[in-house]
Amino acid sequence: MTNKVKLMKVFSDALGIDLSEVHDNLEYNTISQWDSVGHMALIAALEKEFDVMLDTDDIIDMSSVEKAKEILLKNGIKV
Amino acid sequence: MLEGKTALITGASRGIGKVITETFVKNGARVIINARKDGSLNEFVNELTNRYKAEVLPVYFDVSDPAGVKNGFKELFNFTKTLDVLVNNAGIIEDGLFNMVTPETVENIFSTNTFGAIYCSQYASRLMIKKQIGSIINIGSIVGDRGMEGLSIYSGSKAALIGLTKSLSKEFANENIRVNLIAPGFIDTDINRELSQEKYDHWLSSVKMNRIGTPQDVANAVLFLASDLSEYVTGQVIGVDGGLVI
Repeated sequence: MTNKVKLMKVFSDALGIDLSEVHDNLEYNTISQWDSVGHMALIAALEKEFDVMLDTDDIIDMSSVEKAKEILLKNGIKV
Repeated sequence: MLEGKTALITGASRGIGKVITETFVKNGARVIINARKDGSLNEFVNELTNRYKAEVLPVYFDVSDPAGVKNGFKELFNFTKTLDVLVNNAGIIEDGLFNMVTPETVENIFSTNTFGAIYCSQYASRLMIKKQIGSIINIGSIVGDRGMEGLSIYSGSKAALIGLTKSLSKEFANENIRVNLIAPGFIDTDINRELSQEKYDHWLSSVKMNRIGTPQDVANAVLFLASDLSEYVTGQVIGVDGGLVI
């Protein structure tokens, strides 16, 4: 499974949304599932899937799927 | 009691933190210990390794510095990937009449005693959420609940930990992370040994059990909260004070 597919699947599973709803422009707080509670579930799932520990600043900054890719890249994961 | 558990103890270079560490090691935990000064834990780590064949990682950072905490937890993550127990023990105390306290002192005390516990708990809880189990133990003080003249800032910093403990216990209950606070009373530490005889006697006479507490008394209560014996205990403030009246 490529990192891109893994990332999309993490978003889909953690937020409980269809895979087709996950795209780069999907943003925090624009769907009911991606609220602060969903965000923490998403962070836990991302850290587990990619075996990384994100900075607290990055958690707050992770406002879109595209931003998540940038943050993962900063942690050595190319998506 | 702690076999298979990994614990981080902040402020482990002396006093209560040192005894908590040794107690955890004796009970089978893998421990990561923290202090501010580089190299200050070397001797202690050697002692633990030789005496108990323990697996111990020293991590040096100042809990009051968010960047330092971040780097410390990255080091911890690379070493262990997991964390079951966090003991927020690092703390400083400074006395003085309220109107004689400088802003710098206020900032120092709150930065270490309160903000440090917050920063460490943020990173630790995320490791615990992944595993859906954990225990965060804050070391408070009896004066955080009862107050004490000359210790207003210290008391305030420890009182804040009570609110933090109770709120986090609610926020993390669903993740099976327990958050509790130990509130020591008059304990035999370097600071209390430096008290004048008059002050020492006054404190001692206020302890209903007629003896000063030991760091081991505190460590035993921390051990209980770290272990599965307390798996249904959360959001509690537990005094370890021999019935101290203040």
